[in-house]
Amino acid sequence: MIADKIVHVSNLNKSYKAVQVLSDISFEVKEGEIFGFIGPDGAGKTSLFRIINTLLLPDSGRVSVFGLDTKKDYKSIRQRIGYMPGRFSLYPDLSVEENLSFFASIFGSTIAKNYHLIKDIYSHIEPFKKRKAGALSGGMKQKLALSCALIHKPDLLVLDEPTTGVDAVSRTEFWEMLKNLKNQGITIIVSTPYMDEASLCERIALISQGKILDINTPEAIIAKSESKLFSITAEDKYSLLKLLRNYSDCKTAFLFGENVHFSCRSENADKDKISEYLRLKAVENFEINIISPNIEDVFMELMTR
Amino acid sequence: MRTILFLIQKEFLQIRRNKQMLPIIFFVPIVQLLVLVFAANFEVKLVYVTLVDYDKSSSSRSLVDKFASTGRFKFVSDYNSEKLAFQEIDKNIAKMALIIPRGFERNISRSEFPEIQIILNAVDGAAAGIIQNYAAQIIYDYNKELVKSMRLIQTQPTISTITVKERYWYNPELNFKFYMVPGILVVLVTIIGMFLTSMNIVKEKEMGTIEQLNVTPIKKYQFITGKLVPFWIIAMFDLALGLFLGKVLFHIPIVGNIFLIFGLASIYLIVALSFALFVSTVTETQQQAMFISWFFVVIFILMSGLFTPIESMPHWAQIVTLFNPISHFIEIMRRVILKGAGFFDVLQQVWILTVYGMVMLILSVWRYRKVSS
Repeated sequence: MIADKIVHVSNLNKSYKAVQVLSDISFEVKEGEIFGFIGPDGAGKTSLFRIINTLLLPDSGRVSVFGLDTKKDYKSIRQRIGYMPGRFSLYPDLSVEENLSFFASIFGSTIAKNYHLIKDIYSHIEPFKKRKAGALSGGMKQKLALSCALIHKPDLLVLDEPTTGVDAVSRTEFWEMLKNLKNQGITIIVSTPYMDEASLCERIALISQGKILDINTPEAIIAKSESKLFSITAEDKYSLLKLLRNYSDCKTAFLFGENVHFSCRSENADKDKISEYLRLKAVENFEINIISPNIEDVFMELMTR
Repeated sequence: MRTILFLIQKEFLQIRRNKQMLPIIFFVPIVQLLVLVFAANFEVKLVYVTLVDYDKSSSSRSLVDKFASTGRFKFVSDYNSEKLAFQEIDKNIAKMALIIPRGFERNISRSEFPEIQIILNAVDGAAAGIIQNYAAQIIYDYNKELVKSMRLIQTQPTISTITVKERYWYNPELNFKFYMVPGILVVLVTIIGMFLTSMNIVKEKEMGTIEQLNVTPIKKYQFITGKLVPFWIIAMFDLALGLFLGKVLFHIPIVGNIFLIFGLASIYLIVALSFALFVSTVTETQQQAMFISWFFVVIFILMSGLFTPIESMPHWAQIVTLFNPISHFIEIMRRVILKGAGFFDVLQQVWILTVYGMVMLILSVWRYRKVSS
């Protein structure tokens, strides 16, 4: 086992009765990186995280964390892992401080001992430390949960959709915190359904329907995108989308905010051909721009393959 | 060990925070004890009787007086026909009809088997049985007096009759409160302990906090102990409170050793609470946990010997009660409190409870899963 691989998963399979939730998953997480799992709801992210966390056993395949087997050596792994489940899982009837000191104490630690680790995060909620955790806002709950996951100084943080249901400002703050933690040498695995957060990770795995579509740095994933991408707007977005999907050369056509992101199967597609088609279909006031794809575009492209 | 202490501390913090919990712990046992002891009383205070006296003789009148003078029977009506008396019972005005046929006195004087008829409304079978007992006692006394007076009149050789002198040991006045309080104490510590405990782990499941706990290095036995001890302490406290109230309010004679009572209670509570913990580990919601514990608690209480003696149950039911922890502890409590039994007198029950407790504890530790597959 190479020491700088914190998590090593190979050929992992998991099903719940007849439903296969994870199939043939293989990846590695290196020491000190922020590794992101990007995928829609139901892609299998939570199941995968629970397996890494030793909370769930895989049907087949090998999973090792810190070079230890998750089935045999779960006890040693649990000492060194910090987990933040997707659902708020702290005691709502205990105060901020009580929650934190409880989780510190069951790891045989205290708040004071590892205060330096959580200082940046906890300082935001410290003014409310007497408040019950259940009465906190979404962003504050998330900071408390992260503090609780960190208080025993874990080597690996596993964060399951930490930014879901959190406002944009708190999300940005949260990613800043993750970067700081990474700089302190903590390896972080994070999942998110938000494609825009992908570029904040060092490496990402695109996951859909229990399969990993691609693993690479965000830049490399975007660079791999083969087809030219057009952003098209018109007054009636819905009929525009329908028309584009009926276009003979259409590869992907998706609504992306105000625009339709569109790519063609043939390599020589250009603006003029599409304009011609749209004019023929009597679409008025449309605008076509060539754009560089983002993660979401790549994701859509990979999904249609 | 320290981990267990932290878990217990957390549990007590949560109990203190819970606004409904404190009244449940302090108030419910008091109310249960006060209400149940008075309500679960097997005495029938007053029986309304309708009378049909066809004989209308001095003998029949003296029998009626005998009934009335006990204070337990109150004659509400006096009819010349049975039909009207039966209507009275139908309408639920009278619980009992006393019918004295014509020739009652004549039969007495001729020593010919005088007969009377008693009709009871047996919808409430237990009450009917008790009333019948009272009536039989009165008639027995009346008989004795008859025999005595006849001896005075006739100079026949004396007939010796067997007189039964009853003495009720350990509860000489047959005070139902003495009999009920130890049993009700068992029921109330069981209810409080079992319900609170069975809802607890499942609550962590519902809130999702178990997920966070499972990923920590807490060991299974630490977790189960951390869940058991707080409610064990609460139940012991409630037992002490109940015994104190029983002593002060109902003057229960506590003949046995008080330390023995608490020592045995501590074994019993491990059985009851680990049973509840087991329920909590196999269920997914508080509702399920509540219904399952309710199911068992009701069966355990009804088959505990608290209200009906175990000896009167069918054979198979008596075997089932071997697995009923409540019945063993009621037996222990009654014997130690009222009879002053020592440790070795209740050794059999202690054995059963100890084995039972160990099995349930092992089962719940085993069934509690930190990893799902």
